[in-house]
Amino acid sequence: MLLRHTTDQVLERTALTVNPAKTCQPIGAMYAALGIHNCLPHSHGSQGCCSYHRSTLTRHYKEPVMAATSSFTEGTSVFGGQANMLTAIQTIFGVYNPDVVAVHTTCLSETIGDDMVQIVAKAVGEGKVPEGKRVIHCSTPSYQGSHVTGFASMVKAMATQLADPNAEKNSKVTLIPGWVEPSDMRELKSLAATMGVEIIMYPDTSDVLDAPHTGKHEFYPRGGTKMEDIAASGGSIGCIGLGLSGSSAAVEALEAKCKVPGQLMELPIGLQATDRFIDALRTMAGVEVPDSITDDRGRLLDMISDMHQYLAGKRVAIFGDPDQLVSMTEFLNLLDMQPVYIVTGTPTPVTGTQTPQFDVRIRKALGGNLPDAKIRSGAQADMYLLHQWIKQQKVDVLIGNTYGKYIARDEDIPFVRYGFPILDRVGHSYFPSVGYKGAMRLLEKILGVIMDRQDRDALEEKFELVM
Amino acid sequence: MADILRERERQVFRKGQEASFQIDCEKQSVAGSVSQRACVFCGSRVVLYPIADALHIVHGPIGCASYTWDIRGSLSSGPELHRLSFSTDLQELDVVHGGEKKLHAALCELIEEHKPKAAFVYATCIVGVIGDDMEAVCKSVSKEKGIPVLAVHSEGFKGTKKDGYRAACDALLQLVGTGSTEGVSAKSINILGDFNLAGETWMIRDYYKRMGVEVVSCITGDGRIDDIRRAHGAALNVVQCSGSMTYLAKSMKEKYGIPFMRVSYFGVEDMSKSLYDVAKHFKDKEMLKLTQNMVREELQRIMPLLAEYKKDLQGKRAAIYVGGAFKAFSLVTALRHLGMTTVMVGSQTGNKDDYEQLRQICDEGTIIADDSNPLELSSFLEEKDVDVFIGGVKERPIAYKLGIGFCDHNHERKEALAGFEGMVNFAREVHGSVMSPVWRLTPRKRASSTLEVLK
Repeated sequence: MLLRHTTDQVLERTALTVNPAKTCQPIGAMYAALGIHNCLPHSHGSQGCCSYHRSTLTRHYKEPVMAATSSFTEGTSVFGGQANMLTAIQTIFGVYNPDVVAVHTTCLSETIGDDMVQIVAKAVGEGKVPEGKRVIHCSTPSYQGSHVTGFASMVKAMATQLADPNAEKNSKVTLIPGWVEPSDMRELKSLAATMGVEIIMYPDTSDVLDAPHTGKHEFYPRGGTKMEDIAASGGSIGCIGLGLSGSSAAVEALEAKCKVPGQLMELPIGLQATDRFIDALRTMAGVEVPDSITDDRGRLLDMISDMHQYLAGKRVAIFGDPDQLVSMTEFLNLLDMQPVYIVTGTPTPVTGTQTPQFDVRIRKALGGNLPDAKIRSGAQADMYLLHQWIKQQKVDVLIGNTYGKYIARDEDIPFVRYGFPILDRVGHSYFPSVGYKGAMRLLEKILGVIMDRQDRDALEEKFELVM
Repeated sequence: MADILRERERQVFRKGQEASFQIDCEKQSVAGSVSQRACVFCGSRVVLYPIADALHIVHGPIGCASYTWDIRGSLSSGPELHRLSFSTDLQELDVVHGGEKKLHAALCELIEEHKPKAAFVYATCIVGVIGDDMEAVCKSVSKEKGIPVLAVHSEGFKGTKKDGYRAACDALLQLVGTGSTEGVSAKSINILGDFNLAGETWMIRDYYKRMGVEVVSCITGDGRIDDIRRAHGAALNVVQCSGSMTYLAKSMKEKYGIPFMRVSYFGVEDMSKSLYDVAKHFKDKEMLKLTQNMVREELQRIMPLLAEYKKDLQGKRAAIYVGGAFKAFSLVTALRHLGMTTVMVGSQTGNKDDYEQLRQICDEGTIIADDSNPLELSSFLEEKDVDVFIGGVKERPIAYKLGIGFCDHNHERKEALAGFEGMVNFAREVHGSVMSPVWRLTPRKRASSTLEVLK
């Protein structure tokens, strides 16, 4: 197919990214901002950026995505974006009337040096921000990091600009879920509720990007974390952050600003990571783990035991975002599968935080197995390289976002869609992949493609009825 | 009534009894509005991207390249180099020190590896600000590697998509005229402004071939560098999507004396006319006869099929929101052919003449909007009780949320909607969406007084 131009000779590249395994910061900030109730994300830059980000989110969620833009012109690039931003704030509150405007920058506004702190202060000073409304902002230049960095920055901005250090002490646990789907956020809330733990979670895109069909187009869907709840998180008893790349900045900021003790862990994808999450909730809130959750875990274990012979020794190539990859690697390792090629275009560690390097996290997840696994992150860690590795030595399963389908087709590999973006299937926004139930769903998908392939390629005499 | 931003009042118009009308258009979007528009880079990228044997590299941060990766669905009958997304992935240090070296290295690496016929280098916002001299790098690499390396000045903030089209045409004009026109027949054309979505260029090219016309180059659907280089050998330029290509056609007329005509391949009348106009241009009786036979054959085949769909679609109401206004004309006509009325029509980039023309072909009470946004669109759709909305990726979810059928007439279409076959596909798609039983379960529709009896 179209990737027939790929050779199996890996040449070290210094100046070129081919078929990137990442995209740029602003879209992450936009997704995070949509997790605030009655919030309009705002893109401070050219119209193209906002349009592309909205389109990509729409294609991934099959939902309308609203965001405003500063509509930069040539003049703006010379004289600065302040005028546009001030007009924009006025327009937005005047017409769209959100509770929060969450501004992120683009490479253009960053390079021309727009000082968002000063601009927003000016807007407030000139009375352009109505009483009780807020404008938050974060810096998301596209030539640094990746979309994950942008997401992390916006969530950090929620902590630093909306959490109240003087909030009344409450008995809630703040949960920073990381870049997960609305279905995952829903599942995390459900798990906490089942355990009797009251949480404040942000961002929360459930009921925003997985909204039901009601025949109305709600400009502001009913979901999202309310501003006052984010403020109240400043008085919570503790904070759990999921996904080191996506949540570290926010957790560390909340601790610094509001003295909320933070605990960071990898995304609860897979049995062990979910165990750690449940345990953290249990300890922090001082509750017991109810039988229903233990039973769900038991069912996952049951499923793994029943089918482990189909998984043992299968070679897997995975690509996507660091947080997902680390937890997936751990899960695949538990399933006795071999994640031999692991690629993310996102550079690590995350600047300004204490997170370890990507390969350190992966090695930990592998627990000493697969010393020859090929792990690559950051610049030139792209799908082209992944494809070349696969051409050198094949794998049994490929797991990643929709862009993997070209490799899957060219190399005839069973393919499981997982991550961001998924542009050609549905389900990821409605069904979780976190928690025990989520792990079961992932396992079902992985088994499905492996067993379909076995059926497809079986000789007639070996075509099985019972598997 | 929609809550229209005060600044936008003059960009939305309802047709009434007036003799003439004023609509503001071709303006910058108001800062802070949720416009459906994109940028200059987008315009250039979608025009040039289908050229399949050229290298396309985006000089800028990763986003611009990743969001336009395989964005168009432009099919190729041969090389698929255009479907790989190349970027110089500018980092912070590059922004500070300049990215020219990186671009030079990237171009050389890529040209070595893929041996394309030419290379297009797209500028993004940041390149415009940091001042990289792309022209110089392109010239130098071109000299080194012996192939055309063309800089496309598509910095995102420089204007609107239209300026992007122009930048793309400027790049193309550097190629046109550099090839040999030996052997090109006197009865030859270039097809401008079709991008081979879902194979539409192949369909159109086939019609012309059956008429006895030689197609020198397709700009840019299933495009090839060598064909474009000899495009100046054609006797006539046939221009669809005039928004993006009129500038190229006009320039080729000035430089090479090649006349051009505007056509549309959407809808039965427009498709037939686009074939007849070419035959008439060449004043060839034989060709005219071939054309008449071909059109008659096609019509005989499709008219009964269309009549079937019309039975259900008669009286249904359509809304249209597209990028360029030119497509809207054809759609209004095509829909009328299926018995449907257009009650709302708008575009991102239409000009005064476009809107005047729209006003004339629309019925009274039709809403005409320029550079609209989701709030307005939802409100119009509800107000006019629309049955099908025709638009692109950002319009679809609004239609579905409201319980309205949809037809993608933009990047994401999978079936050819051009030509005679395309008209049948269009009717089928519109019919399938409008008549889907799922809309009967939409609460808003159940509550409405124009309720269809649940069967």
